[in-house]
Amino acid sequence: MGRITLDKVRKAFGDIEVIPPLDLTIEDGEFVVFVGPSGCGKSTLLRLIAGLEDVSGGQIRIDREDATNLPPAKRGLAMVFQSYALYPHMSVRKNIAFPMKMAGLPQDEQERRIEGAAKALNLTDYLDRKPGQLSGGQRQRVAIGRAIVREPAAFLFDEPLSNLDAALRVGMRLEISELHKRLATTMIYVTHDQVEAMTMADKIVVLRAGNIEQVGSPLELYNRPRNVFVAGFIGSPKMNLITGAEAAKHNATTIGIRPEHLAISTEGGAWKGEIGVSEHLGSDTFFHVTVEGQVEPLTVRASGEVSLSYGDTVWLTPNEANLHRFDAEGLRIA
Amino acid sequence: MARSVSTRRKLITTVFAWAIGIAIFFPILWTILTSFKTEAAAIADPPVWFNFHWTLDNYATVQERSNYFRHFMNSVIISGGSTLLGLIIAVPAAWSMAFVPAKRTKDVLMWMLSTKMLPPVGVLVPIYLLFRDLGLLDTRIGLVIVLTLINLPIIVWMLYTYFKEIPGEILEAARMDGASLRSEIIHVLTPMAIPGMASTVLLNIILAWNEAFWTLNLTAAKAAPLTAFIASYSSPEGLFYAKLSAASTMAIAPILIMGWFSQKQLVRGLTFGAVK
Repeated sequence: MGRITLDKVRKAFGDIEVIPPLDLTIEDGEFVVFVGPSGCGKSTLLRLIAGLEDVSGGQIRIDREDATNLPPAKRGLAMVFQSYALYPHMSVRKNIAFPMKMAGLPQDEQERRIEGAAKALNLTDYLDRKPGQLSGGQRQRVAIGRAIVREPAAFLFDEPLSNLDAALRVGMRLEISELHKRLATTMIYVTHDQVEAMTMADKIVVLRAGNIEQVGSPLELYNRPRNVFVAGFIGSPKMNLITGAEAAKHNATTIGIRPEHLAISTEGGAWKGEIGVSEHLGSDTFFHVTVEGQVEPLTVRASGEVSLSYGDTVWLTPNEANLHRFDAEGLRIA
Repeated sequence: MARSVSTRRKLITTVFAWAIGIAIFFPILWTILTSFKTEAAAIADPPVWFNFHWTLDNYATVQERSNYFRHFMNSVIISGGSTLLGLIIAVPAAWSMAFVPAKRTKDVLMWMLSTKMLPPVGVLVPIYLLFRDLGLLDTRIGLVIVLTLINLPIIVWMLYTYFKEIPGEILEAARMDGASLRSEIIHVLTPMAIPGMASTVLLNIILAWNEAFWTLNLTAAKAAPLTAFIASYSSPEGLFYAKLSAASTMAIAPILIMGWFSQKQLVRGLTFGAVK
């Protein structure tokens, strides 16, 4: 079981409050992603749950038990670090065995679990190597193996893929998702990469300056962002945010429209603009269009290959049904 | 891709490096050569290089005139003892500064280092008087204490740098993995710190072995280490280069041999962190 409840948890370093009182419930078996820009407090929040930092107030409950003042080892959580944090002087086998050795598990049980983890993570051939002799992806697998064998109530991942190259990152992302499906254990995953958040999460927690901006499923966040920040943060490429007269026409301070909800035409439409940079991805083409009266160019997605070149005049038309409206405070209007 | 270096440039750098190496080693080589000469050959002008009458007489005389073994043991006890005592004090100090730094940690480190900038002769008289009153003059324990204090800043600094290099996340991982403070220290920290501690120990033994100012000024006969043994051959009765060289060779031989066998560890330790 791994239900984690944060009740008015706050954290201050000296006079600086990095996390104002915050409530959050993570259900058993859920894959929760904390996402936000650098310095938003997502790693600190994870470390508070892990017990590596002490809370300045509030309560953390793991499976209804108060864990606020428990040392990390007693919380039954396993953590995977960005730097892998493997023990460099121990072989892969000993690294994976370490938490079991600390827990005093019988030798044969340790062996059984090591074999199991190594098989699941493709590490069988590397068990007698030192971490220094492994690639980044293999090291991260060892770190995950070390977490799995503990059979924890929840896994905590602190930006585990940041040190890997792009291709490996996509592969590991799938492996971790796969692992979650198989183990059905609670996982809390911290990342600044919203693509990781969107693809892996059951539930995303968007953080900014220690505050929870929105909690919801990836598609909830994508389709109904609660405010301008979430609207701009979730989705790649970013949602186009338009202020001024165009927004006023829709009785809003800011309107948002996603690149795929803008129709592009050479004949006519709502907004006249000029093609800037085009990004051809094969399956899609993204045009950056400078629209008259707008400072920021708008991003437009066109399906497949569309032949428009730099400087061409085009018209953009937003799909009214997919228009997001925000008030002066940046909050969503219905 | 490796940078390509022209053969000519390689040749020049090689010759240059060898020239520096030989220049540094030359005094030691000359001392060793002189130790096998007769006193007359030792002061011959122009100097003789290899074509002299090789003799072991100097070593025999030195052996006869003074008790090499006693000095040697004093050196071993003083350098070993001061290193051990220094380590006992420095490990917890460096440990706490590296892992639980406070606001003034950097200042404390700088202050410790600043004591090395003081010319030792500046505190010779007070220390001499203290030693006299405490009955520590010409005792091994007195020298162990003074050499510990002299080298302590260096030990703390070196250990601090090594401990600093141990990533905090690994210690946190150990904590998450259920390690108690005791097992964290035994299973994770110590194995990772051992290479750094080993090179600190080696360097400190060498420094203490070669230390001459305090050993000469605070000892007479009983606790005199090898430095005093060498110095005794530059005596009022005149300079005997060959015997002096023989004494010097005998004094530096143990540390040279130790340095030779541990050079890999020593270099690795001294460049730790710089080259990964």
